Amino acid sequence: MNDPTSLSLTQTIDGLAKKSFSESDLNKAYGDRIKKLNPGLNAFLEVKENSKGIPAGIKDLIAVKDMQMTCGSKILEGYTAPYNATVINKLIDNNVSFIGKTNLDEFAMGSSGENSAYGSAKNPWDKNKVPGGSSSGSAAAVAADLCTFALGTDTGGSIRQPASLCGVVGLKPSYGRVSRYGAQAMASSLDQIGPLTKTVADARKVLEWISGPDAYDSNCVKSYFKSTKRLKDLKGITIGIPKLKNQKGSDAGLDIGVLGVMEKAYQKLKELGAEIREIDLPHTEYALAVYYIVMSSEVSSNLARYDGIRFGSTREKFGDEPKRRIMLGTFALSTGYFDDYFIKAAKVRTLVKQDFEKAFEKCDVIVGPVSPTVAWNLGEKISDPLTMYLSDVYTIPASLAGIPGLSVPCGFANDLPVGLQILGKYLDEDTILSVGELYENATDWHKQKPRLQAPERSNGGQAKL
Amino acid sequence: MKNKKPEVVGAFDTKHIAKLANLILSDQEVDTFTLQLVSILNYIEHLNKADTNSVDATYNVSPNKNETRKDTASVCLTQDEALQNSTNTKNGQFVTKGVFKSE
Repeated sequence: MNDPTSLSLTQTIDGLAKKSFSESDLNKAYGDRIKKLNPGLNAFLEVKENSKGIPAGIKDLIAVKDMQMTCGSKILEGYTAPYNATVINKLIDNNVSFIGKTNLDEFAMGSSGENSAYGSAKNPWDKNKVPGGSSSGSAAAVAADLCTFALGTDTGGSIRQPASLCGVVGLKPSYGRVSRYGAQAMASSLDQIGPLTKTVADARKVLEWISGPDAYDSNCVKSYFKSTKRLKDLKGITIGIPKLKNQKGSDAGLDIGVLGVMEKAYQKLKELGAEIREIDLPHTEYALAVYYIVMSSEVSSNLARYDGIRFGSTREKFGDEPKRRIMLGTFALSTGYFDDYFIKAAKVRTLVKQDFEKAFEKCDVIVGPVSPTVAWNLGEKISDPLTMYLSDVYTIPASLAGIPGLSVPCGFANDLPVGLQILGKYLDEDTILSVGELYENATDWHKQKPRLQAPERSNGGQAKL
Repeated sequence: MKNKKPEVVGAFDTKHIAKLANLILSDQEVDTFTLQLVSILNYIEHLNKADTNSVDATYNVSPNKNETRKDTASVCLTQDEALQNSTNTKNGQFVTKGVFKSE
């Protein structure tokens, strides 16, 4: 028997159907691998041994009944979820079991994983590098073959960016595509649950499982995602590439190595038959500023529930990043500043959304980098919040517009993975998944795996570097 | 909001905002957060360059209108489940701070 932990979700489903291995073999193989590698990666905050089902990792701000749910925060240390999130019930209906709760930046606030109150997850490609965030543990766990697939959440890039930095597939569905009932709310007009997977086909499969209307999330659309599109090539598909300009506000700068990888990826899409067209998204230079007002305002309201009465500790247990964002949002909503900050940002958000609507009159999908750089050193940006925020400059515009985005492995720069971002029209996940899958089938970036060794001695879940 | 930059950022009162946000900060935190938040707000100021004179605000991108349901009881948490994560309960209820004693 081959090691089933190296298989994708669709291969795993096939393997089980053909009885190449049993569910018990599968769970044992993943459990053993977690025991060996998690001490060095800190991808899981809680591990649960099962003998049945397809083992998935779940970001530790999505409720799984009778498992912990810390949200990466000391304020929820010891909290046990009393019910299942809607996505969890949907996965159970599809024979998925939950092998662990994955690490994350506290309350999903961060781009590196380092804001976790339980120690940062590590990048499986280089344990001195960040895995990205906020779905840091989900991305690291999938990259290291510690689960068949994982769920994360994406508010401004928190699925796509760690997927890119860890070399796995990450899908942020359209806003409203998937119920958020049972996920800790961060910014309610932006949050979305989605999969981190080993292949694009896996992401499609998970989206089919978890999408659909839910009476417990009124923002959910009334339809289910059903994939109907399978392209043979990209003939007839127009791909938009945003003009690169040295925007003030994105001067975190696109790394030259990442740019080189991107140009090769665009070339490959062209070889597959796509027509490439330059497009203009003139208001994206404002997206990051809009995001930090809108998101922080919604955060300040959503985290007001932490009063230490019904659950959780008192508010002094919040870490620095939640405190910063709560204060920024409180300021933006306060008397005298509401119109100048919150309303202004909400108006500019309209312009960002309209940019995409206009662009999609001329193209079917938009491609570009997920992250301006590959994974950086642990500790490098942690004392400068603004520099950290700038690492989300390419993922945030789609979040504001509510459109779907996919990160697909597309190469390496400095031996670290680079992700190609594919954005689509609202509710048109089918097209971005089809384009992503064709690209994936024509390349073998996704087959490359990090070389991992167990740490010599573990010290209670924290990595020994 | 034309070029209001200096006084808006200059007026950033971390202690006042922390009080509004129900956060208790140490003096060290007040100093650090003030520097960091002012730098973030300075960056945000470039929103002023965007012309929004004839633009409506976007608060939600969902196509859904208001959702209603029949006002009937449905499945919900049991009393024990609802209380299981609280450290301070009495007679099957949450203990809260006294409203009138707190000032």
